Amino acid sequence: MGEILKVDDINVYYGSIHAIKGISFSVNEGEIVTLIGANGAGKSTTLNTVSGLLRSKTGSITFMGEDMGKIPPHKVVEKGLVMVPEGRRIFTQMTVEENLEMGAYTQDPKGIKASLEEVYELFPRLAERRTQVGGTLSGGEQQMLAMGRALMAKPKLIMLDEPSMGLAPLLVDHIFAIISHLHETGATILLVEQNAQAALSIADRAYVLETGKITLTGTGKELLTNEAVKKAYLGA
Amino acid sequence: MSFLNYLVSGLSLGSIYAIIALGYTMVYGIAKMLNFAHGDVIMIGGYMCFFAVQRFNLPPVLGVIIAMLACTLLGIIIERLAYKPLRSAPSLAVLITAIGVSYFLQNAAQLLWSSNPKVFKSVVGNGVLTIGGEGGLIVSHVALLTVVVCVIIMVGLTLFVNKTKMGKAMRAVSEDKGAAQLMGIDVNRTISITFAIGSGLAAIAGVLLCSAYPTLQPTTGSMPGIKAFTAAVFGGIGSIPGAFLGGILLGVIENLAKAYISTQLSDAIVFGVLIVVLLVKPAGLLGKAVREKV
Repeated sequence: MGEILKVDDINVYYGSIHAIKGISFSVNEGEIVTLIGANGAGKSTTLNTVSGLLRSKTGSITFMGEDMGKIPPHKVVEKGLVMVPEGRRIFTQMTVEENLEMGAYTQDPKGIKASLEEVYELFPRLAERRTQVGGTLSGGEQQMLAMGRALMAKPKLIMLDEPSMGLAPLLVDHIFAIISHLHETGATILLVEQNAQAALSIADRAYVLETGKITLTGTGKELLTNEAVKKAYLGA
Repeated sequence: MSFLNYLVSGLSLGSIYAIIALGYTMVYGIAKMLNFAHGDVIMIGGYMCFFAVQRFNLPPVLGVIIAMLACTLLGIIIERLAYKPLRSAPSLAVLITAIGVSYFLQNAAQLLWSSNPKVFKSVVGNGVLTIGGEGGLIVSHVALLTVVVCVIIMVGLTLFVNKTKMGKAMRAVSEDKGAAQLMGIDVNRTISITFAIGSGLAAIAGVLLCSAYPTLQPTTGSMPGIKAFTAAVFGGIGSIPGAFLGGILLGVIENLAKAYISTQLSDAIVFGVLIVVLLVKPAGLLGKAVREKV
């Protein structure tokens, strides 16, 4: 259970706006770690910085012992650090299968068929719709496609940005069941969620973000019962 | 029979427009920019072939290959120097830069090769095919070659974009650059390759254009460039079959208008048709209206 991702004192700016103020956290192999917080707390910004789409002015991001500070985002994927972006961002004019093939862009083409089978086994709904273009899928199916597409890259760490956003409660449960299932099969997951209840109940560890700073950390169970968290995020 | 003759020469002219329009549409579809220098790359292609064949006495096939290599390289250089630094700039800045590159190429050509027109010898000679004997249908070899080459390019590009890994990556970049990066696609490299392909096509268009209309001068590419851009918009910019259809239709309408209505008014008629089509179908004939799913 070694440390797979270490984020140390990152500061991210949007122009003059200081969005992330000295955040540090880590993810160990096999863990689900979640970042929770309100809108605008900096959760997505943090993930975008880890995946290389944004850059930190200070500190370091180390993934599997390697400094990711200067690595362009498309190379980050090659290293096994894969993100499912907020709002899914599937390719709406490409078929389900083409979307999945794009997920395996960095992979040896020989292995794609086997990966496709694995993803279809996990998401039978995608198998049914493999020749349909992405834009015709429902929100839940699009989320499954976005997750399947990330799995095609054989990630060592998968980052999920708001997977439950805009989904009906039943689908949220389904998506979280799949995340738990991935966790049980050994995947390492960094999960960003506004749905704190759902995220904390499956997370090994959690960090609470408030206006660009980490204000609280603990195991998922600890935070579920924490009074401050209850008040602010669980609606108790 | 004269109607058929006009139609055939319209098809041939339209095929040239279509090849140029395919270059426009590829670059627009993937890089989301209008490369107004595209027409001038055509002119450079014409000059390259002219020098290779008529100065250095190389066989025409080699001339075409040299023109393609030179234009591909030119396309990559233009993209690297002029457009890449503006990747995250507003599209208006890129558009103005493209116009600047266009004038730069025209003036560079004038400086290097003077503005005196050169007489370009057709790469396939001036032979004709006569169908139906005396007074029958006359098809020049150039016209025939142009149509065939155009169809091959259209089919080839369609297969490339739909079947190959690189082509699919281009479609992914065209839809969402950020998401494409998250797949591990090198967006900058993909855009460079798109420019290389577009410019290679421009060279072919240049050679065919000059073979059909043998005056070569630094402004040779600008009018066909603008018309082909129109054709691309007409067919639905970003769409490969759209560029093909738009180019062919534009050529045929232009030629028939010249033959039956008025030579002077032919361009006005062509652009008039364009305006009507865009009023009825704003996305072009085969263009997809952009659906936003929230």
